[in-house]
Amino acid sequence: MNGKVINGINGPVVTVRETEGFFMQEMVYVGNQRLVGEVIGIRDGVTTIQVYEVTTGLKVGEPVFPAGNPLALTLGPGILGNIFDGIERPLPEIEAQCGPFVAKGATVPSLNEQKKWDVTLTVQPGDRLEQGQIYATCPETPAIVHKLMVPPGVSGTVQTVVPNGAYALKDTVATLRTDAGQTVPLTLCQYWPIRQPRPGKARLPIEEPLITGQRNIDTMFPVAKGGAAAIPGGFGTGKTMTQHQLAKWSDADVIIYVGCGERGNEMTQVLDEFGGLIDPRTGNQLRDRTVLIANTSNMPVAAREASIYTGITLAEYYRDMGYDVAMMADSTSRWAEALREISGRLEEMPAEEGFPAYLPSRLSAFYERTGHYETLSGKRGSVTVIGAVSPQGSDFSEPVTQNTKRFTRCFWALDKALAYARHYPAINWMESYSEYDTALSHWYNTNVDSSFMRCRGELMSILREESSLMEIVKLIGADVLPDHQKLTLEIARVIRVGFLQQDAYSKQDTYAPLQKQFRMMKTILYLYQAAQSVTQAEIPLSRLLETGIFEKLIAMKNDIVGDKTAPFDALEQEIDRTVNAVLKKV
Amino acid sequence: MITEHIGLQEISGSLIVLDGVQGAAYEEVVRLHLQNGEQRTGRVIALDGQRAVIQVFEGTAGIALEGTRVIFEAHPVEITLAPEMMGRVFSGAGVPRDGLGEIYSAARRDVNGSPINPVSREYPRNFIQTGISTIDGMSTLIRGQKLPIFSGAGMKHNELAAQIVRQAKIRAADGDGQDFAVVFAAMGVKNDVADYFRRSFEASGVLQRVVMFLNLSNDPIIERILTPRMALTAAEYLAFDLGMHILVVMTDMTAYAEACREFSSSNGEIPGRRGFPGYLYSDLASLYERAGMIKGKPGSVTQIPILTMPNDDITHPVPDLTGYITEGQIVLDRALDAVGVYPPVSVLPSLSRLMKDGIGEGMTRADHAPVSHQLFAACAKVQDARALASVIGEDELSPTDKLYLQFGQAFEERFVRQSENENRSIEQTLDLGWQLLSILPRSELDRISPALLDEHYGK
Repeated sequence: MNGKVINGINGPVVTVRETEGFFMQEMVYVGNQRLVGEVIGIRDGVTTIQVYEVTTGLKVGEPVFPAGNPLALTLGPGILGNIFDGIERPLPEIEAQCGPFVAKGATVPSLNEQKKWDVTLTVQPGDRLEQGQIYATCPETPAIVHKLMVPPGVSGTVQTVVPNGAYALKDTVATLRTDAGQTVPLTLCQYWPIRQPRPGKARLPIEEPLITGQRNIDTMFPVAKGGAAAIPGGFGTGKTMTQHQLAKWSDADVIIYVGCGERGNEMTQVLDEFGGLIDPRTGNQLRDRTVLIANTSNMPVAAREASIYTGITLAEYYRDMGYDVAMMADSTSRWAEALREISGRLEEMPAEEGFPAYLPSRLSAFYERTGHYETLSGKRGSVTVIGAVSPQGSDFSEPVTQNTKRFTRCFWALDKALAYARHYPAINWMESYSEYDTALSHWYNTNVDSSFMRCRGELMSILREESSLMEIVKLIGADVLPDHQKLTLEIARVIRVGFLQQDAYSKQDTYAPLQKQFRMMKTILYLYQAAQSVTQAEIPLSRLLETGIFEKLIAMKNDIVGDKTAPFDALEQEIDRTVNAVLKKV
Repeated sequence: MITEHIGLQEISGSLIVLDGVQGAAYEEVVRLHLQNGEQRTGRVIALDGQRAVIQVFEGTAGIALEGTRVIFEAHPVEITLAPEMMGRVFSGAGVPRDGLGEIYSAARRDVNGSPINPVSREYPRNFIQTGISTIDGMSTLIRGQKLPIFSGAGMKHNELAAQIVRQAKIRAADGDGQDFAVVFAAMGVKNDVADYFRRSFEASGVLQRVVMFLNLSNDPIIERILTPRMALTAAEYLAFDLGMHILVVMTDMTAYAEACREFSSSNGEIPGRRGFPGYLYSDLASLYERAGMIKGKPGSVTQIPILTMPNDDITHPVPDLTGYITEGQIVLDRALDAVGVYPPVSVLPSLSRLMKDGIGEGMTRADHAPVSHQLFAACAKVQDARALASVIGEDELSPTDKLYLQFGQAFEERFVRQSENENRSIEQTLDLGWQLLSILPRSELDRISPALLDEHYGK
């Protein structure tokens, strides 16, 4: 068989006995239904293609059409608030075209090409424009102003501009004359291959935390803007719940939520919830700053592999406009499994647990696309990635978890035992860590309170002490401990239940402002110190426990609303009164 | 275009290889005519030039290279769908096995189905009351959910599933009515098990509303790969075309996964964990994800898959991958089963992910969520107290820990244990929960608001 026709089909992998006219990572259309695919191998006279749709019904001998360009995304206004599949096809349009079940071969443009945007030009004829510089802006949603940038690799002098007004995606709003003398039209959109990182001017050092309103994260294990964090956990430990909380409350400007091989109902839930939620900082709908990419577990596996890259490319695009972008990838294990599946079909030699040998390099290349950047247009932007990992059998020694650990600097280990006791978020405080804490300590100490990091350290050491005391308690019971150790256990309980536990469904508790986090921490330590005077006076600790002051501290996360400080002052005075009363009674 | 070939190139395991094939489509159905007149069914699983690899559902025993005729049917594996399917029994490949003749209908569908567009899904929120305290109270079943039962050989998972089918009812205002049906898929289970379900459906008078697909332990193994797909295609048809509420019971998913493994190894694929194919996650997801509800359509598909964990190991690939896909799990416990507690539900590892949006004021009762959280927290403490007691003896425990032991005992005897015919309303379940929590001192109940405690504690 000759020419560009299908020669072999094995699951999502299609081969063509012809190499001329194909290049690696080129987009191709496969078969009479023109299914989207990508060239992943050219060898021994055979071109191998992975197909992003179901290949059932495809026949040997059907034609294959090379597109002449790599698999690329359309970048322009209309991305925010939308929901796409793994290769940037809008799911609402697919629904309109083929009903509630996703049919294959659906051809829909990535972005709405009819909608008119209110464009304001920021350049004039004669202006010099370098790559990445902004030539126009338009409000994309009430929350985000979309900035139109000269595509990387293009520069020149502005020749013509149109007056400000309403334009559609593919309208030319300016033309550029390059140094080589070519005329380049600038429209409202540009294209970028998903597997190639978008360039920035310079990488900047990490300096600011991503504030999430989650005490376990902000105070204990912070992630930096431009950093990467991993959440590994067995099923039912709350990975998705944590990702949802971060998507809702973190202080990034743009959120990219990638549902990679996860449940369909979860994506529906995000859609439902985010539509109604208001961003507490800007008063806009959360939906206005969010993009969803959904490749549910029963959607084609090759598109799952692409969905992660689609997500990070969108993130980089908004970073280039000067925004802080956070991307949630749930779950990177499914992406790794998609790699394994394709690799198996290609009959490559497997490394650990059947995963291909290039798993670590793919993971590191992906996580390296995060960062805090000076963009080409001279602005400051960042991409933060929070990747969930679903280890098989909850075993953290499996390859995906281990390799992710190497390339991320923040590790939030979810614990089955905590989840069973419905202690959420089930982030294990002994196993988790954040390497960003030193880099960020300056920020916390200047922006929250100069004693912030010291308090955090004290909290940690109480928890560590509790953990070693619990070894003894497990053997001989808590009754035999001396009172000052019992006090450590009681304070640790207040920290665990009153501070680390955070109820995502409680109106007051779902988001804790930093100031409140700090004051809660300080009040707990205040009680610890005051209570030590009781144990030092050799008064039984039970007297203090009976007063209910410990319970009062546990309840403060719900009782004290917002970031008011007065109630905390009152609470500290009450601690003083209670402790003095106990001391005097003797 | 239907084409015919005579003679095979190769036979290996459940696979046959044909050469000189033209115009065959991937996943196309083929019909095999053996020389002795026997007919078998297969499916194209790989194409390479003029070579076609075909998976034979009934196995390759008795097939010769010469003289076997292979007919390409020019369509993927399909099933004929009609309302008359209800009350009928089919084989795992969708052929009637009750002797009542073929189903005739214009509606034929690819058994692989298509994924539901996440945009078109309706988020499930309707509480299904099963009458079983551990499920209703702590791992609530929601209409449109996929909630598997993780069990082990010899435990009472079949009884539990049958009881759920008997007692399940919707409490929302739209009622349950006549639009309810059951699709039952048996994969590799013993004849007794299938018969137990049939009798149980008959006894509760729903047999005329049940579609059964049976691939029993002595039926062809590769056919097992088709069985759940047949059942789910039927379920989707009844739910989304005819607007019925369908409960799908699939047992045993472990046998299904083993059939996949057997096929995968004969196909020479690189194995993943414990020899299961690397794509087992995607494969199981293509089944489980077919549960749900669709916006603007009245019906729903709720799944209760049953799987037996080899050696009761929850980290075995089948329960492990299942847990990552399904919306929770009901885990049965060997120790409870051994002391005769029915249903032996182990509440701590059990979970329903959709519970939070289907309970509370207006749906069940305002105190449902706090009571269940407190029960979970208390059960976790019971475990600690028991572990401590086994080291230092019960007498040495603190008074609070002793109360926890007492609570644990009462919880298993009164809350978990119930008879196979006992149908508790959600109010009864929650009241029972309060009675048990009242064993503990009020200061221990840190998950419940003081207002609710005032209302219910000790009453």
